[in-house]
Amino acid sequence: MKVLMFGWEFPPFKSGGLGTACYDLTKGLSRQGIKVTFVMPKAPEGAEAEFVNLLGTNNYLKNVKIRTVDSPLLAYNTSESYADYMRRYKILGTKGDVAYGEDLHSEVQRFSEIAKVIAEQEGHDVIHAHDWMAYRAGINAKKVSGKPLVCHIHATEFDRTGNNPNYHISHKEFEGLKEADLVIANSNYTKQNIINQYMIDPKKIKVVHWGIDPENPHYQGDYTSKMSDHDKIVLFLGRVTLQKGPDYFLQTAKKVLAYVPNTKFVVAGSGDMLAWMIEKSAEMEITNNMVFTGFLKGKEVHDAYKMADLFVMPSVSEPFGLTAIESIKNGTPVILSKNSGASEVLTNVLKVDFWDIDEMTNKIVGSLKYRNLYNELRDNSLVEADNFNLDVPAKKVIDAYNHAISYAGGVS
Amino acid sequence: MVSVCIYFQVHQPFRIKKYRVFDIGHSHDYFDEKKNREVCEKVAKKCYLPANKILLDLINNTDGKFKVAFSISGTAIEQFEKYTPEVLDSFKELAKTGKVEFLNETYYHSLAFLYDKDEFKRQVKKHKYKMKELFNFTPTIFRNTELVYNNELAFHVEKMGYDAILAEGADHILDWRSPNFLYTPKTCKKLKLMLKNYKLSDDIAFRFSNKGWEGWPLTSEKFADWVSNNNGNGEVVNLFMDYETLGEHQWEDTGIFDFLKKMPWEILKHHDNEFLLPSEVIKKYEPKAELDIHNFISWADVERDLTAWLGNGMQRAASKELYLIGEVVKQSGDENLIKDWELLTTSDHFYYMCTKWFADGDVHKYFNPYDSPYDSYINFMNVLNDIIIRLKEKAQINKIASAKNTKLKKPFEISERPSSLVLDHVS
Repeated sequence: MKVLMFGWEFPPFKSGGLGTACYDLTKGLSRQGIKVTFVMPKAPEGAEAEFVNLLGTNNYLKNVKIRTVDSPLLAYNTSESYADYMRRYKILGTKGDVAYGEDLHSEVQRFSEIAKVIAEQEGHDVIHAHDWMAYRAGINAKKVSGKPLVCHIHATEFDRTGNNPNYHISHKEFEGLKEADLVIANSNYTKQNIINQYMIDPKKIKVVHWGIDPENPHYQGDYTSKMSDHDKIVLFLGRVTLQKGPDYFLQTAKKVLAYVPNTKFVVAGSGDMLAWMIEKSAEMEITNNMVFTGFLKGKEVHDAYKMADLFVMPSVSEPFGLTAIESIKNGTPVILSKNSGASEVLTNVLKVDFWDIDEMTNKIVGSLKYRNLYNELRDNSLVEADNFNLDVPAKKVIDAYNHAISYAGGVS
Repeated sequence: MVSVCIYFQVHQPFRIKKYRVFDIGHSHDYFDEKKNREVCEKVAKKCYLPANKILLDLINNTDGKFKVAFSISGTAIEQFEKYTPEVLDSFKELAKTGKVEFLNETYYHSLAFLYDKDEFKRQVKKHKYKMKELFNFTPTIFRNTELVYNNELAFHVEKMGYDAILAEGADHILDWRSPNFLYTPKTCKKLKLMLKNYKLSDDIAFRFSNKGWEGWPLTSEKFADWVSNNNGNGEVVNLFMDYETLGEHQWEDTGIFDFLKKMPWEILKHHDNEFLLPSEVIKKYEPKAELDIHNFISWADVERDLTAWLGNGMQRAASKELYLIGEVVKQSGDENLIKDWELLTTSDHFYYMCTKWFADGDVHKYFNPYDSPYDSYINFMNVLNDIIIRLKEKAQINKIASAKNTKLKKPFEISERPSSLVLDHVS
């Protein structure tokens, strides 16, 4: 089976979980003998050498072909961040040979047009598009090849914006989900969201919970921070944006410090609320207990998990939350928002309502103070993490392809 | 000739309310009044009241040929007194027939024997007095919490003057032997050991409504046949189970009450059969052999051991710390403090912390008021830390009274080893 896949990011060009998900999915599919052509926009000043190198050394990706389209699009772009990027690009830009779209939406449109050409060139049995920016590309490809379209939803616009969607984006999202022959949602939580928000027929939604790549060498080894000599470390890791609940993290930190004064709260990631968070922590007079690392990638991410005593994910809305499983795999127990897909599949974690600062405090203090609780959580969740790999989700996705093909009629 | 001996366990714990780190040192109100009342009222309606009525009718209509034993925990009785006095009345009504026997257990349905033998004896005595007070009945037969049993327990129970003790007829201790005879514990001279016939007991308690079970549907005729089949290879079939099986674990619509109404009649149809109370069983039969049970057994889970309460580090730490401060708590002379501590010894609190099979979501979940075993541990330890603070304050007050000593130290430390802190202060 051949898959034509449209995505947004792929390591090392990534700003979030979507890149990891796409990389792991293509790796998983490849291991099952599925051929994938992965089409993605390419950042103009991208580190291409590193990228190619990465592919070259990985045997499992032998069935994966990458095609890039010159574009400054990044996953999690908003209209504002795209405009901001274009302003900077115009000042600093050196490449004059590609005509980028004037705004985010015309750029998405341009990418979608190119998809038609690629669909003609690349043979395929099924089209697979990841999140809203790729949906139109998927729809266009389907127009050309007539092959079934599978739209994969990793996060909805409602998740990203705390229910204040940009209607251009939510419309594109709706359009993709509606046109799709089959929709893959990364959790029951997400499935319910798209049923509620877009009235997508539940019958055509298949839930595929995500896995991790246990062979990732970053899970090996130890990393200890000097901070651990005197302090407990509580980690926030992810985009620092409304969706991830950084404000709840700060309020909780303040409360925890009354009980466990020697705690460092590490915020790993960047995002539109980072500056706010730094200012706010000064205002709350907890600056000495806050550590901001900025955006981390690769091994740094895993080191952050490893040095932490506890990983807290206070997300307002977390369609899946792969980081929870990554943290566990690195030996760090997790406190997880109930509004997450991961909480559907993890049992040996502490679960909280993101708004319940008191309960989050209670659980953090308990985890830091009660050594036996901590040990049980860590040991039992580590065992549980063995249930997660790339093969299970890949097989489910292949299953979904077969369904989509049988709905649409016949394999070529 | 087959004698059938039925014993029902009646128990409700005082569940702990949501008790957060902020409450430590500020609130000494630990128990979930609302939840405990709700559960007690619900189970009274679904189980205790209708089942007691059926049993009373059976006793009366069979002219006392049907009889039954109960063990009712002290915490269950306190809840009946508080929330559903009509349940207590209906038990008194049953007691008046003279065809109901009450067994003795630890008042707080605790695992005290494992940690503190004096506390164990204290709780057993307290329960014995309660039985006398309520039902004018002095128990002569002992059953430990969740049928936890071993040689050592039997040794102590014999010394405490009991005639018999109950235990699980676990395969791994019986081997080829039958649970349908009396035995003598290896460590005892006179004490008789009655073993639960877990196959027949669990047919009712666990499998009754299981449509995937080959025995389903379990009719009273079928069950009576199975019981009678033991004729010739056993003397007494001991059917021991939680009373809440009737109507609460097995809902009324499974037909459990109809089964209960008919089953005794079906069993009595075979003329060789009879119902006996435990005290009658041990008068009628003699032990057939000695049983050597060194390791603890219980009636819980497939393991039939202690792992449901003490299988992980959280459970062991919480129990150990609780019992370590027991002596000091009792010395404090503070009645409220002592009562709170006693209510924490109830084994259910440790059962809630069980992580065994937690991931599969099994029977433990059904009885568990918490989202997870971890939540229950945090809650319990928070309460225990508050008890420590109260102890410290009490110790300080005592000290001040005697030597006009220093002020209380603040802020306090949350500790998993509260006992060491307390003992420092008190000694």
